[in-house]
Amino acid sequence: MGFNIFRRGMGSALALSAAIWAGAASAQGDITVAMQLEPPHLDPTSAAAGAIDSVLYSNVFEGLTRFMGDGSIVPGLAKSWDISDDGTVYTFHLHEGVTFHDGTTMDAEDVKFSLDRARAEDSANAQKALFSGIESVEVVDPLTVRVTLKEPNGNFLFNMAWGDAVIVAPESIDGIKQHPVGTGAFKFSSWVQGDRIELVKNPDYWGTPAKLDHVTFKFISDPTAAFAAVMAEDVDVFTGFPAPENLPQFEADPRFQVLVGSTEGETILSTNNKQPPFDNVKVREAVAHAIDRQALIDGAMFGYGTPIGTHFAPHHPAYVDLTDLSAYDPDLSRKLLAEAGFPDGFETTLHLPPPSYARRGGEIIQAQLAAVGIKAEIINVEWAQWLETVFRGKNYALTIVSHTEPMDIGIYARPDYYFQYDNPDFQALMKELNAATDPAKRTELLQKAQRIIAEDYVNGYLFQLPALTVAKAGVRGLWANAPTQATDLTAVYWEN
Amino acid sequence: MSRNLILGAALSSLILAAALISFVWTPYDFAAMNIPEKLQTPNARHWFGTDHFGRDMFSMIMVGARTSIAVALVAVGIGMGLGVPLGLAAAARKGSWLDEVIMRGNDLVFAFPSLVIAILITAVYGAGAINAIIAIGIFNIPVFARITRGAALSLWEREFIMAARVAGKSDARISVEHILPNVVNLLIVQGTIQFSLGILAEAGLSYVGLGAQPPTPSWGRMLADAQTMVSFAPHLALIPGLAIIVTVLGLNLMGDGLRDWLDPRIRAARA
Repeated sequence: MGFNIFRRGMGSALALSAAIWAGAASAQGDITVAMQLEPPHLDPTSAAAGAIDSVLYSNVFEGLTRFMGDGSIVPGLAKSWDISDDGTVYTFHLHEGVTFHDGTTMDAEDVKFSLDRARAEDSANAQKALFSGIESVEVVDPLTVRVTLKEPNGNFLFNMAWGDAVIVAPESIDGIKQHPVGTGAFKFSSWVQGDRIELVKNPDYWGTPAKLDHVTFKFISDPTAAFAAVMAEDVDVFTGFPAPENLPQFEADPRFQVLVGSTEGETILSTNNKQPPFDNVKVREAVAHAIDRQALIDGAMFGYGTPIGTHFAPHHPAYVDLTDLSAYDPDLSRKLLAEAGFPDGFETTLHLPPPSYARRGGEIIQAQLAAVGIKAEIINVEWAQWLETVFRGKNYALTIVSHTEPMDIGIYARPDYYFQYDNPDFQALMKELNAATDPAKRTELLQKAQRIIAEDYVNGYLFQLPALTVAKAGVRGLWANAPTQATDLTAVYWEN
Repeated sequence: MSRNLILGAALSSLILAAALISFVWTPYDFAAMNIPEKLQTPNARHWFGTDHFGRDMFSMIMVGARTSIAVALVAVGIGMGLGVPLGLAAAARKGSWLDEVIMRGNDLVFAFPSLVIAILITAVYGAGAINAIIAIGIFNIPVFARITRGAALSLWEREFIMAARVAGKSDARISVEHILPNVVNLLIVQGTIQFSLGILAEAGLSYVGLGAQPPTPSWGRMLADAQTMVSFAPHLALIPGLAIIVTVLGLNLMGDGLRDWLDPRIRAARA
């Protein structure tokens, strides 16, 4: 450690001793992790805000199953399970000796409480669809829970790994939004709103204990401030780094490492399929052919991002590359517009939420659409306004947003979703998919689904959002990919 | 004519010329993106380099000058058009309820930090050049009302006004025919200064995303876009920054110079 500091060539003896002192004080058991968005509260089971999971998933709260960094699903609080032959009854066997951070025992009653609470009529859970297939939850004995489904669901174990499906206790549920009590390797310590959340190591953790003693999450929304905070080494890790243009500088700096991974974020030009002229598939196809994805990725993301041709993550085994269906072809786009009755194009609007992929990408798309005659007026909105006007109000024509939930192609089966895409064939296909448990069959259905929405040009499919993490060179064990919204620090350590 | 005036007028005309020429000619289409050619430093083909979308910065600066000048000019026009009559009326009815209402109304507008209220207005009514003009214009009203009233008050005590009164002219006519011509110099000077403040305010609003919307170039937004790239492409921030400095400096020098040149007392002292 000392040599490391020496090599970095501190200017003065004073600075050197200060650095050694700081290094010794942190004892390499502390870490400061920064991210852009602060959670609105701390209950992952009653809000859609991904920022809650970014802080608490796996660190504080755990579910029956869990995501690993590579996207696989492994046992969590359930050490194993049996599935009945017809695929409708899941019997979970829980780990022994698991306690919540308030000292109470985690047992089958807590699992029943959590699942019943999430699927209840008045549940505030943001992903109620994950639980809608559950018929009943029974406590067999303190360490065994039997979940009966209405029909087989090939996704059930995957669903139970979501942050919205973590296990909470009836004893601590009332104060959970301010003081989360879970079973994880870290305990919640304090929250200074607008600044930071602190976690400390849970000494009584049932599994492999955390290697860090103390974790501080900092919230820095401004990209310039984010760059400065990392450069000044005020933070050790920045996940979801907001300014891809700065990454080459970090890569060239031996103090830092840059992790570029994949996320589940399909970045799309969401289109209001019920608003004229976008109710005409020819117009939507024209928009798709007007977009030059590579220019968009280079211009808005400085080259970070993978082109997509449908609403599906390219790293998923069932992904089909359909980018050719919407290849960049402005001449074809103009021809389609003329066929649709808009030889001179038309005027429309483009709502842009704050992230730079949307704001910068929006300017590029505005220019690309203008080249074929579509004049899109940019309307910059804050997230709250976007949720209100675009997402809930469906009062928009075009918008750019990244859909970060894993395996979310099912949203196209919801005619009331903000795309307002209503295709009975697709809805039937999703029903069939939900009932299918055979992996080969599921892959086939998923590929069919990808093709339907690509051929209907429901939205403009742009690129898969990369997971961009900048960390000090000595930090090990971070997730490079983001299979779900999480900053799993349970295996993170400093290498000296 | 003072050195200030000449230098100020030269700098201001430079920017004005750029804005006017941009109507008929720019080296490139200011909105044309050429992403493979992004982030070029100034060179023979792109005199001010290219931005992060490969757009020609020189063309953007020229058209941006147009945006800044148009917003500031109309905003100052609103301020003068409403502020001067209010100031004249308040002075003509000094001490009356009308004077009180006008001047306390002005105090009310003055009490709010102008940029914050401008942000509020554009946030409520939507971002865009028109709302930026209105927001900046509103804050110019009390400036002109006060300065007009202050200058007019002392004029009302002068003999030639009394003579006009004796001749039977109404207060309104006296205000327009005798008071206004005598405060016009003052208004020109103040107008120049307010104009430079208007340019700054427009840049400030655009910087926070509430001014002219893309693809219309605006110096403030160019600065905002450059923020995260300052460390590896400093020309993105330096060039619009310099454009703002040159304009504001030019207008301020010109304002100072005009004041010295037009003020009869200073002129008399010099002669």
